[in-house]
Amino acid sequence: MNSLTKLSLPGLGIMAALMLPLAASATADELRWGASRDIDSLDPYSYGSTFTISTLNHVYEGLVRYDDQLKIEPALATSWDDISPGVRRFHLRQGVKFHDGAPFTADDVIASLTRVSDPKSPLRGNLPAYQGAEKIDDYTVDIKVTENYPLILNDLTNILIFDKEWLVANNATAPTDVGAGIEGYATTHANGTGPFKVVSRKPDAETVFEANKEWWDKPRHNIDRIVFTPISSPATAVAALLSGQIDYMERAPLQDIPRLKQSPGIQVLAGNELRTVFFLFNRADKLVASDTGDKNPFNDAKVREALYRAIDIDLLQKKVMRGLSRNTGSMVAPAIPGYVPELDERIGHDPEKAKALLAEAGYKEGFSFTFVCDNNVYVNEEEICQAVSSMWSRIGLKPNLDTAPTSIQTVKFESGKFDVGILGWANEPMIDSYSILVQVAHSKTGTSGVFNWGGWKDAEVDQLIDSASKELDREKRLALQSKALMKLKQNVDFLPLHQQPMAWALGPNVKSVVQLSDNKSRHWLTVLNK
Amino acid sequence: MISMVLRRIGNAVAVMVAVAFVAFMIFQFLGDPVQLMLNEQASQAERDALRIRLGLDQNFVMQFMLFITRALHGDFGISYRNQQDVMSLIAERFPATLELVLVSTIIALSIGIPLGVYAAIRKGSPIARLLTMFSMIGVSIPSFVIGILLILIFAVQLNWLPAFGRGDVVHFGSWTTGLLTPSGRSALVMPALSLALFQISFIMRLVTAEMLEVLRTDYVKFARARGLPNRLVHFRHALRNCLMPVVTMTGMMIGDLIAFALVTETVFQWPGMGQLFVQAVMFIDMPVMAAYLMIVSAMFVTINTIVDLIYLWVDPRLRQAGAARGYHAH
Repeated sequence: MNSLTKLSLPGLGIMAALMLPLAASATADELRWGASRDIDSLDPYSYGSTFTISTLNHVYEGLVRYDDQLKIEPALATSWDDISPGVRRFHLRQGVKFHDGAPFTADDVIASLTRVSDPKSPLRGNLPAYQGAEKIDDYTVDIKVTENYPLILNDLTNILIFDKEWLVANNATAPTDVGAGIEGYATTHANGTGPFKVVSRKPDAETVFEANKEWWDKPRHNIDRIVFTPISSPATAVAALLSGQIDYMERAPLQDIPRLKQSPGIQVLAGNELRTVFFLFNRADKLVASDTGDKNPFNDAKVREALYRAIDIDLLQKKVMRGLSRNTGSMVAPAIPGYVPELDERIGHDPEKAKALLAEAGYKEGFSFTFVCDNNVYVNEEEICQAVSSMWSRIGLKPNLDTAPTSIQTVKFESGKFDVGILGWANEPMIDSYSILVQVAHSKTGTSGVFNWGGWKDAEVDQLIDSASKELDREKRLALQSKALMKLKQNVDFLPLHQQPMAWALGPNVKSVVQLSDNKSRHWLTVLNK
Repeated sequence: MISMVLRRIGNAVAVMVAVAFVAFMIFQFLGDPVQLMLNEQASQAERDALRIRLGLDQNFVMQFMLFITRALHGDFGISYRNQQDVMSLIAERFPATLELVLVSTIIALSIGIPLGVYAAIRKGSPIARLLTMFSMIGVSIPSFVIGILLILIFAVQLNWLPAFGRGDVVHFGSWTTGLLTPSGRSALVMPALSLALFQISFIMRLVTAEMLEVLRTDYVKFARARGLPNRLVHFRHALRNCLMPVVTMTGMMIGDLIAFALVTETVFQWPGMGQLFVQAVMFIDMPVMAAYLMIVSAMFVTINTIVDLIYLWVDPRLRQAGAARGYHAH
């Protein structure tokens, strides 16, 4: 499949230049969205997919949301305050109606929180500190969290609110249980408070949304209908855009961007995502497949630095990423709280120094190791790993590159069967560096360090993360997190590469869209040409 | 006849159980669906709990037994990804695939057979050689390349046909068809053509080869000697005797195409079963993959049986042999 989806379109630019004037077949107030994949379900709590949740955010809303600067702003809640270290009080917006006309009240918030935190809910992890909720009156709710947990607002941006009466009437108060084979009404029906309503849905073919005229917020969009069509082959999607059959695609293939830009009426919005791609090391006592015997060279910071210095990041950026990625020395993107500019500076590219470091560590002749990469998760991932493999070979190392789809590689990562691996982290949905610190950098203790695949451990880093998790003062907490990130950088625990590129393409019918670095489509902010 | 059908059904069940067993063995190497089902934020405990609820902590023999037990009750589970009943998911998409496959088969037969006959009776002529060359290209080029080329020409450059999708469909109960709407018909053209191209070439080459064989036989010579017109000789006497392998291969190919139209379906975003299967593999949606493989194997077995029965009908010799000692297919 992969070779197919990566197929480029030679000659497309020429074709486009010869193209006949487009027949505008869409009505001016319709947005035809050619998506790179389908949403999994109409139920936002059904599958751990950021794409599904962000698309369903057009229909359902949370208590709070990100504004067009990626700052948290009120949505279904108008304000909130701390009652005690473990209780947040939310004042709800009055006069909001669900699409079926039912009023939005505190009961709906409680029902939704109960549903998402159900033991069977796959999205329970999105609300890690949740302890319970209590209705104070119809428009006030107290949410209990682990004491001093600082990130509840961030978490709540992704907890979309259902109507309680609707859930009860349709026997959908609990999430769908795949294990027990029980289907859910909410999988195929939707009833939110958001700017768009679902009109119809044919999985893998078409989902139609219609503007909600009763929306509580003043719309900035001028769309009447959104026709959402998944087109999984990028070449087909590009052709559909060029021939005027779609107006918007949120995943334009990098290799087609120059051609798209040359086509009349087509705009390309390229930027950098929040996702940082980096390499990680197995830190067990010995390596999985290496000629180093009982030793693990990666436990020596000099060796890790040698691998870092061997990477010619500029070449990688220019050739593999087509000049569209953002080179970084940081584990988090600039937009992620916790980032400080000092983090961004890379250790310089210096193959001679790298060789010297290897020699100092006692590996003058280099050594072999297995280098595990997926081939379908990050932008141009396989090419990145191939390029870096050859850069490492140039300093005398013998990496054995092993690429396969993520479903296969994840099993290897989780069982520690890799020597060097790849990971990308966007800090979604939290949009805070606490996410990468607790899930990746922290040692595997309790619920922390789920992605600590290589068994790295630094007592100081752990301690900084633990203190941050209980620090309510935002500035102090971010200072702790920055310090932890800085420590990881000094240790050369990971080899950061870049923030990966994202590219959206717009057809002639679209005047403007808002593209933020979380790479989510927000069509309630989209303006069409009329 | 009845004993043959019964034996066939017995075989079919055995084949399907074997397919399911192999499928479950392969599933062990596909990776871990839990990783995809949960969000990055999920804790290890949540991951383990889901794995247990899905029965993925069991070894594959246990998973297989559970699947068989449930399947015998007609329960194939619900999709990990779409959270919908697997059988209804497949049933929803089956009409799209069948429509695509049947239309492309009709195109293939109505173009492939006449061309094949022509290439045989005008053997050596420039046009026949050209046809043979094109048929060579037709069997060699992968259908997704054809698909992309068609899209570039008819969707991007000429803007005549839609690049993706199925257009508007008409519902008849649970069945859907795009044949009754203009947009449905125009959406069908390119996928059907790109799927048919291999078949056209293949049928043409098959017919040509068979015709050349038959044209050398004595009875054709006698027919000519009797002064029958060429048209009658070619189409009534010669072609009819070529059709057996064509019937077999077309039957087999329909099965093939239904099962493996997935590349074409992916290129054109055709909402059929192949598309569903590709998505299922990507998301390691085991219930969908298992049910799909069961259906496909059931279909193959059925088609094989039907082809055998058509054989009996087309070739009287087999009927007698079948009556005498119980016909057994290759």
